[in-house]
Amino acid sequence: MSPDRRQFLAWGSAAAAGAALAPGLRLIELVQARSPEAAASALERWGLLIDIAKCSDCDVCVSACNEENGLSGHGRPQTDAHWIRKVELRDKRTGYAQALPLMCQHCAEPPCVDVCPTGASFKRDDGIVLVDKHICIGCRYCVMACPYGARTFVHEALSGQKPDVPRGKGTVESCTLCVQRVDRGETPACVQACNRDGASAMLFGDLNDDASEIHRRLRSEPSRQLRADLALNTGVRYQGL
Amino acid sequence: MIEYREIDGRSGGFVALLAVLGALILAGLAAAWTMEHQGHYITGMSNRIVWGTPHVFAVFLIVAASGVLNVASIASVFGRAPYKPLARLSGLLALTLLAGGLAVLVLDLGRADRLIVAMTHYNFKSIFAWNIFLYTGFFAIVALYLWTMFERRMQGYSARAGLLAFLWRLILTTGTGSIFGFLVAREAYNSALLAPLFIVMSFAFGLAIFILVLMAAFRWSGRALGDALLDRLGRLLGVFVAAVLYFVAVYHLTNLYIARQHEVERFLLLDGGVYTALFWIGQVLIGGVLPLALVFAPAARGSRNALAGAASCVIVGGLAQLYVLIIGGQAFPQQIFPGKTVSSRVFDGVVAGYAPSLPELALGAGGVALALALTVVALKLLPFLPRSLADGDLESSAA
Repeated sequence: MSPDRRQFLAWGSAAAAGAALAPGLRLIELVQARSPEAAASALERWGLLIDIAKCSDCDVCVSACNEENGLSGHGRPQTDAHWIRKVELRDKRTGYAQALPLMCQHCAEPPCVDVCPTGASFKRDDGIVLVDKHICIGCRYCVMACPYGARTFVHEALSGQKPDVPRGKGTVESCTLCVQRVDRGETPACVQACNRDGASAMLFGDLNDDASEIHRRLRSEPSRQLRADLALNTGVRYQGL
Repeated sequence: MIEYREIDGRSGGFVALLAVLGALILAGLAAAWTMEHQGHYITGMSNRIVWGTPHVFAVFLIVAASGVLNVASIASVFGRAPYKPLARLSGLLALTLLAGGLAVLVLDLGRADRLIVAMTHYNFKSIFAWNIFLYTGFFAIVALYLWTMFERRMQGYSARAGLLAFLWRLILTTGTGSIFGFLVAREAYNSALLAPLFIVMSFAFGLAIFILVLMAAFRWSGRALGDALLDRLGRLLGVFVAAVLYFVAVYHLTNLYIARQHEVERFLLLDGGVYTALFWIGQVLIGGVLPLALVFAPAARGSRNALAGAASCVIVGGLAQLYVLIIGGQAFPQQIFPGKTVSSRVFDGVVAGYAPSLPELALGAGGVALALALTVVALKLLPFLPRSLADGDLESSAA
C-alpha cells in the first residue's frame, strides 16, 4: 500500500467512526440537559469562577451578554441597561491595576430578594437570582439594596426583544446567568465568549457538584467573594483579586 | 367645653386657594402620566440614582404625617389639656399628609398600574411590605381616633384610641427609617440610628407643618389664636429641632470613628459639592440653627412672624436633609473594592450626577398640594377647628 492510500484509509475510517459516534454523543448531551419542563433543583447551585489574571483588555463578555439578551442601548449610558460591566481597578497606594467583569453575584442570601415587597425578586432553587417581570412594580428598592450595583431599571420602551428573555419598561432587571441557556444545558453567553477568544477567564459550573471543574478549582485554589464581609455567600467567585 | 365649627369656605380667597392647589395637583398628575408613558429616562433619575426628588417629597410627607399626629397624642396620651382643642386638626393632617406622600410614591413606580399586585403579593421579609400594612393601618386607626373625638358617645374611648395611634405611629416611622437603615449595601445608610432619627425628624417636620396650617387657617377664617398657645408650640418645636440635631451629630460622629466610613463622611461633610452645601446650609443652618434662634432668642419671643419663619425653616431644612440622605446616599459610589480606585463605562467609582427634573418637581409639589387640598376641603365639610383658640377661652375650656 502506498503511503497516500494508507493515509486516505486512516482518515476515512476516522471520519466514519466520527459520523457513527457523533449522534450518540449528541444524545448523551441531550440526556444530560435538563428538560425545559423540569423545575430547577436545589441539588445544583450554578456559579462562576473568574480568574482576573486571565481577564484581558477586552469586553467580549459584555457584548456577548448584550447580544444574547437583546440589550440594545439608546445611547444614554446613565439609563441604558447593563447586566455585566468591565470594571477597572487601581490600588490607591501601589498603583497596581486590574480589570474584571462585574455582574449579579447570585448571592445565596440576596439582599434584593429580601427587600422586594411583592416577591418579584426571587432566587431559583439552583441559586440563580431573577426578577419576575409580571409582579415587579418598579419600586427600585432592590437596586438600592444590591451591594454590587448589578441591577438596572428599564427607563424607556423596548424593541427587538428576544423571545426567551422577557424584559419590560418600568421593571428592574439584572444578569440572569443566561438562565435560558443554562436550562438548555449550555453555559452563559459571557463565559462562552470569553472561552472562544482564548482568554478562559470565566468558568461556569455547578458549585455543588464534587466532580465539576469549578468545584475542583474552588477546592484547590484560593478565591474570594466580593464584599465577603456581608456574608451573602455569592455564587460568583474571583481569583487573583 | 370646646366649640368646633366648619370654616365658611365661600370667600374668594378660599376658592383661589383651592384653584391653585388644584392646578398643582393636575400638574403632578400630568408629570406622572408623562413619566409613565415616556419612561423614567426623562427624569433626572438613572441606574445610579433610582430614587430622586419624588422620593424626597414622598418620604418628607410620610414622615411628617406621623409626626403631625403628635399634637393629638400630647393631649390624649400625655394628658396635656391645652393641646386638646388641636387634636382634630392634628388627626386630619396625619391622614392628608400621608395620602399626599403615598400618592407621590405610587405614581413614581415604574409600573404604577400594578398597584393591585402590591396589594396581593407580599414578601413579609421586605420592610416595604410591612410599610404597606403600617400605612393602611395608620389610616384606619387615625380615622377611628378621629371618630372617637367627633362622636360624643365614643369620647370615652378617645384616650385608648389615641394611645393605639401613638404606638402605631412610632412603629410606622421606625419602618420608614428602616427602609434606609436596613440597607447594608450603601455606606450612608446601614445604621439602626436612622429609625429613631426619623422619629425625631417626624416630630419636628410634623409640628412645623401643623403650626403653619394652624396659623393660616385661623388667620384666614378670622378666628382668634392665643399667643400663649403659639409660644408653647414654638418652644416644643425648638426642642424637637434640637433633638434632630443631636441624632444627626451622633450619626456622623459614629461614622467618623469608623475608618471604613471616612470616605462617605468626607463626601457628605466636606467635598460632596451640592450635598455638602445642602447639609451645612440647608439641613444644619436653615433647618437647625436658624429655627432654634427664631424660637428661643429673647428678641424673637412672642413674634408670630418669627414662629412662622422658624416653622418654614424646619420644612426647608427637612427637605434638604432628606435630599442629602436619599440622593446623596446614592450618589456616593458603593465601596465594592475598598482601597482601590474604580472606573467603568457605567460610572463605577464616581459620584453619580443628578439634577431634579421638572416632572419630578411637579409630582412632588402635586403631592404636597393634594395633602393641603384634602385638608382645606375637610375643614369646610366637618368641624375640625375650634371657634376660638384665644388664650382666655383655652383656660376656661381646660378648667
